Amino acid sequence: MRDAKSTRLIFGAGSVVLALALTTAIIALTGNDPIAAYFNIAQGAVGSPNVAANVVVSWVPLLLVVSGVLFTFTVGLWNIGIEGQITLGAIFATWAMRLLQDSAMAPGWIIAAAVAAGILGGVLWALLAGALKTFGGVNEIFGGLGLNFVATALNLWLIFGPWKRPGVASMSGTLPFAEKLWMPTLSQQSRLAPVPLGLALAAIAIAFMLLKGTYFGLRLKAVGKNPTSAYRLGIPTWQHMMLSFALCGAFAGIAGAVQVTSVYHRLIPSISSGYGYTGLMVAMLVNFSPAAAAPVALFFAALNVGAIQLPIVLKLDSSLAGVIQGFLVLFVLVGNGVRTRLLARRKGAL
Amino acid sequence: MTGDALLYGLSGVLSASAPLLFGVIGETITEKAGVSNLAMNGMILLSAMGGFAASLATGSLALGFLAGAAIGAAVAAVVAFTSITLKQSQVAVGYVLAMLCRDLAYFLGNPIMGMNGPRLNLLPIPGLSTIPVVGTLLFRHDVVTYASFLLIFAAWFYMERTRPGIMLRGLGENPRAAYVRGANVGRQRYLYTIAGGAIAGLAGPIYSLSVKAGWKGTISGLDGIGWIILAITIFGGWKPFRAALGAYFFSLLQWLGLVLQPLMPNVPSQVLQVAPFPLMILTLLLVNVGNAEWLERSLARLPEAIRRDIAKALAAMNATPPAALGLPFDEDD
Repeated sequence: MRDAKSTRLIFGAGSVVLALALTTAIIALTGNDPIAAYFNIAQGAVGSPNVAANVVVSWVPLLLVVSGVLFTFTVGLWNIGIEGQITLGAIFATWAMRLLQDSAMAPGWIIAAAVAAGILGGVLWALLAGALKTFGGVNEIFGGLGLNFVATALNLWLIFGPWKRPGVASMSGTLPFAEKLWMPTLSQQSRLAPVPLGLALAAIAIAFMLLKGTYFGLRLKAVGKNPTSAYRLGIPTWQHMMLSFALCGAFAGIAGAVQVTSVYHRLIPSISSGYGYTGLMVAMLVNFSPAAAAPVALFFAALNVGAIQLPIVLKLDSSLAGVIQGFLVLFVLVGNGVRTRLLARRKGAL
Repeated sequence: MTGDALLYGLSGVLSASAPLLFGVIGETITEKAGVSNLAMNGMILLSAMGGFAASLATGSLALGFLAGAAIGAAVAAVVAFTSITLKQSQVAVGYVLAMLCRDLAYFLGNPIMGMNGPRLNLLPIPGLSTIPVVGTLLFRHDVVTYASFLLIFAAWFYMERTRPGIMLRGLGENPRAAYVRGANVGRQRYLYTIAGGAIAGLAGPIYSLSVKAGWKGTISGLDGIGWIILAITIFGGWKPFRAALGAYFFSLLQWLGLVLQPLMPNVPSQVLQVAPFPLMILTLLLVNVGNAEWLERSLARLPEAIRRDIAKALAAMNATPPAALGLPFDEDD
């Protein structure tokens, strides 16, 4: 057995088959019809132009997040705090919109300012996790998770406190912005906005180019593989870690700003919607390769959007999408392990 | 607040800490052996749901706890297989399992959501429970809370006072030396990972059959607990008593957040509810900052007397993980 492309493909396909088999068994175990469940998900994802557009709408933040975590993964960091970075991006974007919405500025500029503010929010929150890691020795997983909870609390406090709707504050979020301040969509009926899609595609392209084609990407990789030897080779280690945190936070901030300006048109309690956590899964599934990230992120977005109808139609919980995604990533990890083990044994035999 | 309310509150803090203690001690045992099981958050949700479902179906509380332990052990076995046998990143495996088990818990628990099920009764210890103050505080709990008290001492005794316990430390600190002294490192790590998973898995049914009885899906309020448990394990410096202190301290803070809320109407409720999380970051900072190079450099510039005091304080707070934590071990290297 050689580590050829075909071997990798066989293992990849095997992981998908195993993940689907196990999910099917679990659906059957609960006394439901697996085929009906899959059909329902497929219909919910591509059954009409409307739902297909929703898949793309949900692809945008996921792609932004994946682009971001590719940087932190390359430098060897687990930026779980990305969920909070999205939230802070959304909060800062809302803040900018609130400041500027009654000004004489053109709506386009106000939205642009909101996105810029979102970037600022995401970067600041990411640098906080980064500083805790590089100067305080606090593992980025726990620092990031703690900051996620803080971000959620800050968001809830704003929605129920200073930014509450006139009258009574509610879980439905702040008062929606005037329609002229919504990111323009393809048509009146469509929810699909071309600008955020362009931003997301640019983000993954930037991640691809920086990581695959520049010395900067190479240095990040060196720090990720072995920080000590990278440092001895003259690569400033903590600066590169902070920089990758900042880049990741910037992309997460854009994602938050997009959710506010183009999807919800207001700040809602669950504004980050788990995109950060799902983004980490996508990055792991593609083994941190930017090229494969876009299609896999689209597939994950389709699963998430497709599963929304499950509780209504089949009385199944929509977390089924997460179950499929989790099994996929798990079996890809197991497959990688089995493959390298077989290769090592083969090498030993020769 | 009257004295009685304070006493009952503190007694509640002790029982609310029981699941945290099982989680933290289970993880401490696992990490002592050199494996970190980051799946904790999803594992506890799944074992909470599974334990509740099992005792709902059978009417037996004991089977509920057994199911919780079995789920914990099964998830830990996956962690052990992928990280020890297949040498995959423990962080990656743990994270995936944390997400997967959480979604599995929500998916499988959907039909039993909000159902009324069995729950543990209080078991005041005759005689002891009538002692003023101490009786209310320590001897009016259910059986799992008593078990959590015993667990701390049992774990301490095993780790510090028995021969296999000393060997356990070797597995995480210096697996090569343990191997040379005749330990089958891989098999022992499997054993402790699964045993630690089973202990931590009990935290789930302790929630769903006692502390927060029932299964309410996403609003069960259990999502996040597993991550807190992992943080307390670090704060605990891989020592049972210090870990227990961390768990009690966390529950105390959560209780204070609830109690203080009506007294501080100007502070929004959301702020007090998450107060434990920034404090968690702060304690991790205090525990870890002593290892930072820049601190050592800046300390060196201070006058000797002050420097020594600060260094002493930091050393007391400091916790160093088992040296081989997270690293695969290969007998042939």
